[in-house]
Amino acid sequence: MSEHIDSIKTYTLIFLALLALTFITSTVAYIDLGPLNIVVALVIAVTKMLLVALFFMHVRYSTKLTKIVVAGGLLWLAILLLLTMADFVSRGWLAGT
Amino acid sequence: MITAALEEREHYLNASYGLKSWLLTKDHKRIALLYLGTITLFFALGGLFATMIRIELLTPQPDLVSSETYNKLFTMHGVIMVFLFLVPSIPATLGNFFLPIMIGAKDLAFPKLNLLSWYLLVAGGLCTLGAMFAGGVDTGWTFYTPYSSTYSNTYVIATALGIFIAGFSSILTGLNFIVTVHRMRAPGMTWFRLPLFVWSNYATSLIMVLGTPVLAVTILLVGCERLFHIGIFDPALGGDPVLFQHMFWFYSHPAVYIMVLPGMGVVSELVATFSRKRVFGYGFVAFSSVAIAVLGFLVWGHHLFVSGQSVYAGMVFSFLSYFVAVPSAIKVFNWTATLYKGSISYDTPMLYAFGFIGLFTMGGLTGLFLAALGIDVHVTDTYFVVAHFHYIMVGGTLMAYLGGMHYWWPKMTGRMYPEGWAKLSALVVFLGFNLTFFPQFVLGYLGMPRRYHVYPPEFQVLHVMSTAGASVLAVGYLMPLVYFLWSLRYGKLAPANPWGATGLEWQTSSPPPTHNFEEPPVVTHEAYDFAALLEEAQVG
Ligand SMILES: [Cu+2]
Repeated sequence: MSEHIDSIKTYTLIFLALLALTFITSTVAYIDLGPLNIVVALVIAVTKMLLVALFFMHVRYSTKLTKIVVAGGLLWLAILLLLTMADFVSRGWLAGT
Repeated sequence: MITAALEEREHYLNASYGLKSWLLTKDHKRIALLYLGTITLFFALGGLFATMIRIELLTPQPDLVSSETYNKLFTMHGVIMVFLFLVPSIPATLGNFFLPIMIGAKDLAFPKLNLLSWYLLVAGGLCTLGAMFAGGVDTGWTFYTPYSSTYSNTYVIATALGIFIAGFSSILTGLNFIVTVHRMRAPGMTWFRLPLFVWSNYATSLIMVLGTPVLAVTILLVGCERLFHIGIFDPALGGDPVLFQHMFWFYSHPAVYIMVLPGMGVVSELVATFSRKRVFGYGFVAFSSVAIAVLGFLVWGHHLFVSGQSVYAGMVFSFLSYFVAVPSAIKVFNWTATLYKGSISYDTPMLYAFGFIGLFTMGGLTGLFLAALGIDVHVTDTYFVVAHFHYIMVGGTLMAYLGGMHYWWPKMTGRMYPEGWAKLSALVVFLGFNLTFFPQFVLGYLGMPRRYHVYPPEFQVLHVMSTAGASVLAVGYLMPLVYFLWSLRYGKLAPANPWGATGLEWQTSSPPPTHNFEEPPVVTHEAYDFAALLEEAQVG
């Protein structure tokens, strides 16, 4: 488990990428893409999250156990969203009968 | 409290004196005792509210308190018992004290974090108690929206803030346990040599770390809506009230397993020790704890069957709820199989363990009734539900907690309690418990709703039985308090291993030295290896 330290250059690049993505998010908010609105916003958000977790939080260079912990957290979030949406999406199903 | 005889040897209790040596201690054993004192006070307070509820329910009319006060009574009873007593109960006291010793470690991985988690519980508790003294809260311990976020004019924010803070105590304890089990095991202590108490506390810790943050987020969102009118849960503001229930029960159903899994761990230890046998199907019992921790997260929708959740989601959650019964049943069957051909002794801890197995089984099976979509419509929000979860939380967790306290008390304090009185207490608790809560199953099935203090006269007989049982139960809980305190001064000195048990905690002196072991232990055989213990005794 050797401590990996990224170069200042890498950190600066990630930082600039995050700024750019933030800029894109706010710009896209003024353009109506229809159903793609949410998709674009979420894709950008997930990209930013991954950049922060992998580089700033050093997950990329961490042990397998750390990676499992991160994946576990995301999986549990997915459970919360998936089963809650299973209710929300199907509420109208019996409305026609 | 320590007499001359004990004074000769240095141990964690006489290593240093003074208030500061306790309030700033990093010793997991002292922190466990701090927790013990704190949660005993919370239990007494929660019990006081329960007493007032039961007295009010003696008659069909309102006579002791008004409706508003009654709403506050059951809310404070639930909030204190769930968040300030049951959730920390076994992990923070017995777990804190024995998890490191059982794996042969000197302390938890993060001793300062451990102390911080106690302070967080105290801070959260004070916040909640402050809200109570200011005027209380009337939403029920479930804080359902939009009542809690919009309409209730009681101290919702202050109470919820208390729970929010206490939640971090539980997250830190969970984190500490997980890291400790991964990194601090003694040489030779492989995963499959871990005592089952450690496995169950490990599984509990997973739930604490994965579930509690969602409760914190939910509380924050209720706060945002109540203070700043941001529409999350209130339909009038564009929110969805059922969303609150999804988020609340995503934590609060697994929280039931935070409460009962450590109890199952205690019972595994007790059944093995007092049957002189290795727990039958060790691997199954160990993995069923992890299975409960995972499956427990997939069933929360069974609290929403009549809340406007879709029928499809109701079916999915009902189906998944049946699954979680499987690992629980595995445990019950394996404990029973352990008894078979065991050399059983009926010491007090074992009596409590028997109580646990019986009452937990009843609580679990009535849980299956409630997981069935059709029956649930009939008994939703009735005393049937109240009886069911008291069988799990009081009949299960509290019995195991008391069993564990009796089992490990000699190790924690170096003193034996009076066995005769202790056996009597186990009996009184068991009888009092059943008299209190069995009538509530009947009441609920007949249609008595929960959270009402006025009811039709035909329900009075059953309510009187329940109140009578509650007073018996109160005596049963006061007895251990008295003789435990008595034993600190007058109890016989405890030997290192009074029960002839196998765990590492019994190989160090009673009470243990500050660093738990005189020499770091090396583990050479699996858990509950009574044959090896016998051999060592003969050689030694
Ligand atoms: Cu549940």
